[in-house]
Amino acid sequence: MRLWLIAKIALHPLRFMQQRIDAWVLARVKRQAGPIAIPRTRVYIVPTRFGYGFALMLLVMLLGAMNYSNSMAFLLTFLLAGLGLLCMHHTHANLMNLQLRAGVARPVFAGETAHVEVRIDNPSAQMRLSIGLSWPRSEATATTTADIRAQDSVLLQLPQPAPRRGWLRAGVFSVSTEYPLGLFHAWTWAELDTATLVFPAPAAPGLVPPGSAGQGSLEPSHRIGQDEFSGLRAYQRGDTARAIHWKSLPKSPQPMVKQFQETLDQDLWLEWTSLPQLEREARLSQLTRWVLDADALQRRYGLRLPGKVIAPGQGEAHRYQCLKALALFDGAAKS
Amino acid sequence: MSATAQAADLADYLPVRTLLHLLAVFTLVLGPHVAHLPVWASVAIAALLLWRAYATRRQWRMPSKLLRAALVLVVLGAVFASFGRISGQTAGTTLLCLMGSLKLVELRGRRDVMVMIFLMYFMLVTHFLYSQEMWTAAYLLLSCVAITALLIECQHLGTMSPRQTLRKGAVMIAQALPLMLAMFVLFPRIPGPLWGLPEDSGATAHSGLGDSMSPGDIASLIASDEVAFRVRFEGPAPAPAARYWRGPVFERFDGRTWARHWTQPPPLPADALHYDGTALRYELTLEANRKPWLFALEMPQLAELPKDASFNLNGELLAAKPVDERLRYTLRSNPRFSFAPPLDARDRERLTRLPRGFDPRSLALARQWKAQGLSDAAIVQTALRMIREQNFVYTLRPPTLGRDSIDEFLFTTRRGFCEHYSSAFTFLMRAAGIPARVVTGYQGGTLNEPGGYYVISQADAHAWSEVWVDGRWQRVDPTAAIAPERVERGLGAAIGAAEGLPGYLADRAPWRDLLRARWDWVNAQWNGLVLGYGPELQQRFLERFGIDDVRKMILTLTVLLVAGMTIVGFVLMRRAAPAHAPDAALREWQRLLRKLARRGYAPRADEGPRDFIARVLSARPAWRPLLQPPLELYLRSRYLDTPDAAALAMLHRLVRTLRLPA
Repeated sequence: MRLWLIAKIALHPLRFMQQRIDAWVLARVKRQAGPIAIPRTRVYIVPTRFGYGFALMLLVMLLGAMNYSNSMAFLLTFLLAGLGLLCMHHTHANLMNLQLRAGVARPVFAGETAHVEVRIDNPSAQMRLSIGLSWPRSEATATTTADIRAQDSVLLQLPQPAPRRGWLRAGVFSVSTEYPLGLFHAWTWAELDTATLVFPAPAAPGLVPPGSAGQGSLEPSHRIGQDEFSGLRAYQRGDTARAIHWKSLPKSPQPMVKQFQETLDQDLWLEWTSLPQLEREARLSQLTRWVLDADALQRRYGLRLPGKVIAPGQGEAHRYQCLKALALFDGAAKS
Repeated sequence: MSATAQAADLADYLPVRTLLHLLAVFTLVLGPHVAHLPVWASVAIAALLLWRAYATRRQWRMPSKLLRAALVLVVLGAVFASFGRISGQTAGTTLLCLMGSLKLVELRGRRDVMVMIFLMYFMLVTHFLYSQEMWTAAYLLLSCVAITALLIECQHLGTMSPRQTLRKGAVMIAQALPLMLAMFVLFPRIPGPLWGLPEDSGATAHSGLGDSMSPGDIASLIASDEVAFRVRFEGPAPAPAARYWRGPVFERFDGRTWARHWTQPPPLPADALHYDGTALRYELTLEANRKPWLFALEMPQLAELPKDASFNLNGELLAAKPVDERLRYTLRSNPRFSFAPPLDARDRERLTRLPRGFDPRSLALARQWKAQGLSDAAIVQTALRMIREQNFVYTLRPPTLGRDSIDEFLFTTRRGFCEHYSSAFTFLMRAAGIPARVVTGYQGGTLNEPGGYYVISQADAHAWSEVWVDGRWQRVDPTAAIAPERVERGLGAAIGAAEGLPGYLADRAPWRDLLRARWDWVNAQWNGLVLGYGPELQQRFLERFGIDDVRKMILTLTVLLVAGMTIVGFVLMRRAAPAHAPDAALREWQRLLRKLARRGYAPRADEGPRDFIARVLSARPAWRPLLQPPLELYLRSRYLDTPDAAALAMLHRLVRTLRLPA
């Protein structure tokens, strides 16, 4: 084991050191509410692969100039050396004094990909170019970049897999740049106090909720013929696009929504206790599926979880409330 | 303001725009090499460039790995076939250019472009192996900006116009110039070479005096206006007729060509040269000529020869190795001297030897003079008189001569240039039994008035004779006998315009002469100060500032670099700092907010100025007379369309004098 470690250090001294240093630094990045400024002292900078290549090229040029005692070759070598040195300052300044704020964290279902939004402000009078956002140590592969004009801001997104329900912390990300010459990589690590709500993954459709009061089933076949069109009402926030009465749209000043007798009448109760055969996560997935189905069918529905009851309701806010309760449920496995 | 966000995926693809820019910059960088590369290589590179441009537009597939490997082998083979090797200056440069062009064929992503960019930076250096003139430097500075702009374009995924990238590149190069200067002056120089130079190193062969002389050689040199060397006299300069710059000495004659001695003559003993009159001290800057000979005003003092140089028995000043770079040395010469090296019977035989069966008439003429019992000095005078009096013509375009060239020249054509006269004269002397030889070099030179130095160009190339009379070598210039104005006023005066002088000699408009002189002066400065900046000049220059050893050089260099970097870094940081509020009213308002913040009142994110002040006043009603007027003035100044200077001044005064009671 120790031999292996020594071999690792010998083969990749830099990489080994870098991993250690990165781990040490990443553990110390403070989570902040934002906006997070990037001060001079928090901009880290190292040469890129091309930076090292450039230095090697300069060395060869210098040796050639010395061999030939060629003054012009000396001049060119020194000009490029000066350019390389200056590039460091330019790259550094390109990142300095930017400000990071959290954008909107849109909820996702478990198994999907969350998008962490970071808004980057440029309070200076200088345009910043090719500012990249990425997860630490993967700058080369998955970066989104943008230019930020003077006194302006941009919104960048980072994809983040959301395997489990609950709050998904964005974690430490890196803001980096290699502009203007790509010889240096300047970056900073930051963590915004932002999290994405991950709903349970909905179960496969099929299972019908035991209808409240023996009637309210979600299965479409049951409902055909029972729905009684009861008229139109004005569109409200939260109504699904499916319920909109498109035919009347050109005529009326505002969109109208179809109303059905049945959906108004019967409340559907989605019960934790109605699925005793399933374990906790599967039950939550099933309940999520029912919430989505009920919402799609414009039913009034309520949710009963151990320790939490959400009264029947309808609409986007209600749906969000139910899904949030399911996402954050931490009750006993059996109840 | 809506944010302009263009987020792109960092897939390593190559936009067509960037590729076309790359091709343009590549053409710019390689352009001047067309003069040095073999024609087939230039054609191949142009073909590769065009193919790549077309392939991109037509979306052709890139060739397979196998084909690319085959191309590389073909190129290697072609270069080897063309030069007999693949290293060395021209062969290496050709190979580098061809390989760079081949890289175009397999260019796929930005990363490849980065490699190409480094290659192009490197190619810039190879230009300096051929030319180090000022225009080359300017051209390459421009190329450097273009390459840097391309590099910037590669770092940016969006669309930056060439103007933007070129501008940024130019700014960065301009910022790097002071650093370059510091490094150039202070980086410790060591005398090169480190591992030896390829045989064909140095600038493209300059014309110059060769190691043999046939009829027509010097006349062809005259066509070039290249500078041979420049001379700065410490005191007054000698008269033009006394300015004989001695070079290679020829003593073997095969009937047509004069050549140097087979072996290297031994050094001249110190007592063989006696000086008379006042010595002239001068500094001579010799252009690279790839020949070992140095030039000196007749005759240099042996005590003060340049480093590693020797003065041999024939009176040739030789460097230890061919002059591959510009060389500067100081000499002391006496125009009046007595040159009397030991001359034994074998030397005498050698110096009177003539090829058998050539030029019978000339031979007979000289033997006839000898038979008349004339002294050696009288024979010299007779020969000169013959040249002067018998309708000889001094011309740049003599007729071509056959086998018995001396006979034809002396008795038939009688038209010739300096090499004909010196050759024929030396032949006559030898035929008369007087040791004689041909000396080549330069004669005269033009004063550069702005610079106060003399320019000796190839047009001043000359050949004369040296004869052993009265126990010493004496200079005899038969050209002076036929065309005295050649040695007194230069070639342009000696030959009429009808003779078809080279353009630069024929056109003697005064303003053009002055311009030429000034340009030459600028060039001389460039050569002396920039190109000649080597270990010695560096030491001499830095000693003036008390920097006399390598440690101090490195220390000073470090200090200067850090200082330069700090200045640039500071400026960049200032620009990266959050910009000040541009609005004067807003500035005043922010000052007021700071005063309130000190008392524990800060506006919430959702509060405008009016709401915030209302909240403060509800807590501290006593502050109303203090806060209400500035609020209203601020709202007026900031949100009304018409600017109100009086309101702004009032606001300024109110905020300045605001004291919030407890």
